[in-house]
Amino acid sequence: MNGGGPLLAQAAGERHGLAIVLFTVFVTATLAITAWAGRRRSSTVEFFAGGRLFTPLENGFALAGDYMSAASFLGISGLIALFGYDGLLYSVGFLVAWLLVLMLVAELVRNCGRYTFADVLAARMRRRPVRIAAGTASVTVSILYLVAQMVGAGSLVGVLLGGSDSGAARTWTVVGVGALMVFYVSFGGMRATTWIQIVKTVLLIGGTVALTVMVLARFHGDFGRLLNTAAANSGHGQAFLAPGLKYGGSWTNRLDFISLGLALVLGTAGLPHILSRFYTVPTARSARRSVVWAIGLIGAFYLMTIVLGFGAAAVVGTGKVHASNEAGNTAVPLLAEALGGGQGTTGGTVLFAVVGAVAFATILAVVAGITLSSSASVAHDLYATWRRKRAAARDEPPAEEGESERREVRVARLAAVGVGAVAIALSLLAQDQNVAFLVGLAFAVAASANLPALLYSLFWRRFTTRGAVWSIYGGLVPALLLVVFSPVMSGRPDALLPGVDFHVFPLENPGLVSVPLGFLAGWLGTVTSHEPADEATYAETEVRSLTGAGAA
Amino acid sequence: MENDHGGELGPLRMDDPWRDATGGGAWVPEQQGPARPQESVEERPPDGRAAAYLEVQDSAAFREVRSRYRRFAFPMTAAFLVWYLLYLVAATAAPRLMAHRVAGELNVAMVAGLAQFASTFLLTWAYARHARVRRDRIALDLRWSLATRTGQERVR
Repeated sequence: MNGGGPLLAQAAGERHGLAIVLFTVFVTATLAITAWAGRRRSSTVEFFAGGRLFTPLENGFALAGDYMSAASFLGISGLIALFGYDGLLYSVGFLVAWLLVLMLVAELVRNCGRYTFADVLAARMRRRPVRIAAGTASVTVSILYLVAQMVGAGSLVGVLLGGSDSGAARTWTVVGVGALMVFYVSFGGMRATTWIQIVKTVLLIGGTVALTVMVLARFHGDFGRLLNTAAANSGHGQAFLAPGLKYGGSWTNRLDFISLGLALVLGTAGLPHILSRFYTVPTARSARRSVVWAIGLIGAFYLMTIVLGFGAAAVVGTGKVHASNEAGNTAVPLLAEALGGGQGTTGGTVLFAVVGAVAFATILAVVAGITLSSSASVAHDLYATWRRKRAAARDEPPAEEGESERREVRVARLAAVGVGAVAIALSLLAQDQNVAFLVGLAFAVAASANLPALLYSLFWRRFTTRGAVWSIYGGLVPALLLVVFSPVMSGRPDALLPGVDFHVFPLENPGLVSVPLGFLAGWLGTVTSHEPADEATYAETEVRSLTGAGAA
Repeated sequence: MENDHGGELGPLRMDDPWRDATGGGAWVPEQQGPARPQESVEERPPDGRAAAYLEVQDSAAFREVRSRYRRFAFPMTAAFLVWYLLYLVAATAAPRLMAHRVAGELNVAMVAGLAQFASTFLLTWAYARHARVRRDRIALDLRWSLATRTGQERVR
C-alpha cells in the first residue's frame, strides 16, 4: 500500500526529492500507526469511536487536525497574499464557528449519541426515516468535502512541482491519496485516524510557527511594518489592508460572500466528521475540553496564517504569487523558499520541501477523517436501518449484539472502500474543474440539512419525526438544487458546463437561502405533524444531554 | 446548591468524579453489561425508566442545571452570531468605514478582525469556566441518581 511515495517520486524530478523523502517518512509513520491500531479487536466502539478513551488534549489536536485542511494552510494565506484583508474574512468565519460547536453542540451530542449525530435524532424520533435522512445528508456532505480536498491534492502536486503540471502526476496523486485514506480507515478505524490527525496537527502547527517566527523576525517583530511592506508590495497600496478587493464590486458578489460567511459559521456544527469526534472521549466534560483545545489551536493557526499571508505579499510580492498560481495556493511555499534564502539555495529548497510535505500530510489526514465518518454513516445509519427493516419483514429474531456489531464494522470497512472509490472517480472527473466552491457547498449543506435537525432535536420539545425528516431534506435538496442552477454550473466561462447557460440563481453559495429553508422546513413539518412529539423521549433526551445519564 | 437527590448520593461523590469516571469500572459501559438492543423509540422503553426521566426532568435540580445552561449559552450564542454578522455585513457593505485608520497601521477592519479572534477566545474561556463552576457538579449528581434509580446499569 505504500503507493504515495514512489508515485510522487516518479513525477517529481530531482529538485523536490527532499519533499518526497519527507512525505514518504510521514506515509510510513501513518502506515505503522494503522498497523498498530488495526491489531485490536473490531467492535463498533473500537472502530467508530477509537475505544472512547482519548484524552481531551488528544481529541483537541485531532479535532484541529480534522478541521485545518490544506485549503486553510495554503488557500487562506494565498487569498491574503493576493487580496489582503478579504482573505482574512475566511479565517474569522472558520474560527467563530467553533463557538457554536462549543456552546450548543459538543457536550449535548456527546451525551445523547453513540457513533454518529443521527443517534441524537433517532433517540427521540421514529428511527428508520430520520436515520436514512441524516445518513444521506452526512454522506453527501462528506463526498462534497472529499472531492474538494482530493482535487486540491492533485493540483497541489502540479503547483509544488513548479510548472511541470503533468496530468499523469495529478491523476496518480488523486488515486494514491484515495488509496491511502481507504487503507487507514478500513484497517485502522477511528484509533488510527485519530493518531494520524494528531501527528498531522503537530507537524502543521510546528511548520506554521516556524515560518511565522521567521516572518516576524525579518520585520523585527513589527507587525505594522509588515503590513506596510505588504501593502506597498501588493500593488494595491492601503486598499490591500481593507476589505473590498475580492468581495467588493457588485452587490451579487457581496451577497455571495455573506452567504458563504453564514455557511461557514453555521456549517461547522453540522459537519459529520467533526461531530463523530466527540464520541472518542468518555464524557461530555472531556468533549468540552477537547473543543477548548481545538479552539486554541485553530485560533492560533489562523492568526499565524494572517502573518504568513501578509508576509508572502511583503516578502515575495503579490504579483509573483499571482504569476505562480492564480488562486494563490503557492504563496506559502514561495514565502518559505524566500525566507530560506531564495530559489536554488539549500535553505530555500529545504523549507519549500518541508511546506510541501506538511501540506500533503494535511490533506491525507483530512480525507481520512472524512472517509471514516462517512463509512460510519453508511454502516451505522443506512445499512443498520436497512438490515433491521429486512429482519422485521422476514420476521427474523433480532441478531445477537456481538454478531450485529461485527457485521456493522465489516460493512463500515467496505463502505470506506466504496466511498473512497466514488470520491476518486468524481475527483478524476473534476480534476480540471474549478472546484473551490465545493468546500463552501459542503459547509452550506451541513448548515442547512444537519444543523437545524440537530438543534431542534436537542432544544425543541414539540419537534417530531416529520419535522426532522423535512428539515434535513428541506435543507439538503434546496442547497444542491440552488448550486445546480447557480453560475458555478453554467453560464460562465469557468463553470462546470461552460457551453450552456441555465443558471437562474445568482449566488455561488446557497447558504443564505438554504439555511433558512432548512429551519423553516423543520418547523413546518412539526406543526403539520399528525403525531404529537413524545414527552417521555424528549425528557430523556433533555436530561441525558445535560447530565450524561446513560451515556454510551 | 439545591439538589433534591443529594442525600442518597453522599457516599458516591468524589473530588473529581469525572476524571475517575474515565478510568474504568462501572463507567465504561461498552465493555460490560448485558447484551441489549440499541436505543429505540419503536421498542418502548420500560415505563419505570420513562417515569424516572420525566420525574428528573421536572425536578428542581434538573431545572436549575437547564436554566443555568440556557441562560448562559443562548444569549452568548445570539451575541456572537450578531457580532459576527455585523462584522461580515460591515466588511462587505461598508468597506470605506472599515478602511478608516484608528492607530498606526491599524484600520477599523483589522481591529475588528482581531477583536473577533479575541472575543472567540474570551467566550470560550467564559463558557468553559461557567460550565465547570456552575453546572458540572449538579449534572453529575443527577447522573448518579439516575444511574441508581435505573438499576446502576447502562440506560440504553
